Amino acid sequence: MKLGFSPADELFRQECADWLNGQMAGEFRDIKGITKLTASPERRKEWEQQLAAYKWSCIGWPEEWGGRNATLAQQVIFAEEYARAGVPGRVNHIGIELAGPTILAFGTDEQKRRFLPDIAAGKTIFCQGFSEPGAGSDLASVRTKGRLESGEWVVNGQKIWTSLAHISDWIFVVTRTEEGSKGPKGLTFLMMPIDQPGIEIRGIKQINGDAEFNETFFTDARCPADSMIGGVGDGWKIAMGLLAFERGVSTLGQQMAFRNELDEIIAAAKANGAAGNPLIRQRIAQAEIGLRLMRYGALRMLSNTDHSKIDGAALTYKIQWATWRRSLGELAMDVLGQQGEVADGSDYEWDTLPNLFLYSRADTIYGGTNQIQRNLIAERGLGMPRERRGDV
Amino acid sequence: MEFVFTEEQAMIGETARAFFAENATSERTRAAMAGDGIDRALWTAFCQELGLSGIGIAEAAGGAGLGLVELAIIAEAAGAQVAALPMLGSLALSAQAIAAGGSAAQQAAHLPGLLSGETIAGYAHDAGLKADGDRLTGTAGFVAHGASAHIFVVTSNTGAWIVPADSAGVTVTALTTMDQTRPYARVALDGAVGEALTDPAAAIAAAHRAGFVTVAAEALGGAQAALDRTVAYARERVQFGRPIGSFQAYKHRLADMMIEIEQARSAVYWAACAVDEGSDEAELACHAAKCFAADTYFMCAGNMIQLHGGIGFTWEHDAHLYFKRARAIQSMLGSGEWHRERIATMILGEAA
Repeated sequence: MKLGFSPADELFRQECADWLNGQMAGEFRDIKGITKLTASPERRKEWEQQLAAYKWSCIGWPEEWGGRNATLAQQVIFAEEYARAGVPGRVNHIGIELAGPTILAFGTDEQKRRFLPDIAAGKTIFCQGFSEPGAGSDLASVRTKGRLESGEWVVNGQKIWTSLAHISDWIFVVTRTEEGSKGPKGLTFLMMPIDQPGIEIRGIKQINGDAEFNETFFTDARCPADSMIGGVGDGWKIAMGLLAFERGVSTLGQQMAFRNELDEIIAAAKANGAAGNPLIRQRIAQAEIGLRLMRYGALRMLSNTDHSKIDGAALTYKIQWATWRRSLGELAMDVLGQQGEVADGSDYEWDTLPNLFLYSRADTIYGGTNQIQRNLIAERGLGMPRERRGDV
Repeated sequence: MEFVFTEEQAMIGETARAFFAENATSERTRAAMAGDGIDRALWTAFCQELGLSGIGIAEAAGGAGLGLVELAIIAEAAGAQVAALPMLGSLALSAQAIAAGGSAAQQAAHLPGLLSGETIAGYAHDAGLKADGDRLTGTAGFVAHGASAHIFVVTSNTGAWIVPADSAGVTVTALTTMDQTRPYARVALDGAVGEALTDPAAAIAAAHRAGFVTVAAEALGGAQAALDRTVAYARERVQFGRPIGSFQAYKHRLADMMIEIEQARSAVYWAACAVDEGSDEAELACHAAKCFAADTYFMCAGNMIQLHGGIGFTWEHDAHLYFKRARAIQSMLGSGEWHRERIATMILGEAA
């Protein structure tokens, strides 16, 4: 049992850090430190292309498609150094982490040739069309319809929470293609170009005033028949396969962002005297402990090579970080006091800590709410009886 | 990334779990509770037949080598059964202190007896202890298994001594203790002669590291056992025509236990590994492991009672053994608030 990475991995870390820091001090210094997902989209698309030019865009992919065949450890390290260098989040993370691997695993050779080079090069930005107004936690109840009509798929319905759809080029959607089917059966996975008359995108303003999510409406929207991944009726299998690709690659990178947030709270507490309050001291210590345990939980999960058994660290990771971060937002506001409730200027725009307080309410909802997570933990992790489906 | 057990570590875990599951039965533990809280036959078997007592003590000092990771693996297995053993006072605190801070002669005089189980040591700490030359005066209020000890490792904040329990000026008073598997004694010294350990700072530091990690690992084992036993009950107990484990209110409590336990597991092995590797995170990690695992254990043991309903409140059921051990671990070797304040001081500086 060891805490750290191998010497070879540490060399790789240095290589990542050198390149990223060089970029953030040079040509792309204007985007360093941006945390808002919707800020400077054009520059960030250029950044995607810069990553690709130096082969840092999708290091876990095979070399023939623009990757480096990087090991899991190297991918984790790159994500960690990426966040440490203050580089803003990837506007094409859906393309790189979800769409690309899905096409690699389930796509035809022709689809690989058509999509992978442009995703890798940062020229095709993808977004994800899974959730619907009536299909949130219960993803299998999607109603958006797809039908084949003279060599094309024709899609009608509505998706929601499509993050960054307004700056994306393509969307992958789970559609119901078998009339009268229910649940996970009769679904098909399609990839559609966004720039067409049949697709309309409307931003959803969030509680922090930002609009990173969208509603996406499909009215006789079209894509070629061979934009389907897998076969007709394979949609659920593909969607579930896609959700399994992440494998914890982003965990330590995400934690680096959390580290920065906690450090900002610590600095604020020292500056305004809250650091002398024994109750605040206890909570800061608790937050510090939680963050460290998140790291070693992630390392346990990433070190685990026996996938035949349920991995408790992996199964509990999502609810752990989401709940930790929501508490961190509350701690931030208790440290800041009323100062945290006023913005700098006349716009309804928030600094990191008040924004953390507001945004973290989403963490315990998206990607499986805390309540759904507890069901999964009890059912998959502890073998408790499954919730019964209703018939409404 | 190798933050997983090696094959050897996994084997030690299997051996220890099998040993405690077979031998540290509820019946035997309860028999020990009626006495001085030590299952003598179990302790002898653990020390002499299983040969695991020297783990975490250097081979040069007569131990079995290996480190705190292996010690934690054993403590976790013992904690899962709430085994009635003087492992904490005799090995994790006293033997560690002597191995780290004693001279070669002191090690040779005391460690063989401690590791064979023939000698039992109590760890008696009194921050206000007065030392007049080698004559010690003070009181340690809560010495685990103190009434059974043959020798004491006595510490102040800066000094460490060995004091035989039958020395003149030593008064040991057994205390009726909530956790009967680890009863306390009050140890009063009135000019008792102590044999100073040659490096008291090293002795105290080693006892703290091993002590924090050992009780944290015990807490982890206990918390996991509380969850496992409750999960088994949730499957078999039927109310309203369904296993009670099918109710969401019940399932979510079980899930909350697992979420805390997984973090406690990370905490314990992070701390043990950090000490073994000499990492600069070691001190923070030991404080984190002690307070986090203790709170996890108490939360799980409390839920164990609640989720068993009435039977969980009976003396006959083992839930109270876990509950009382958990409570004891929360208070011993520094409260959760104390450990968190140590961490706060590392981050924020001293409180004003």
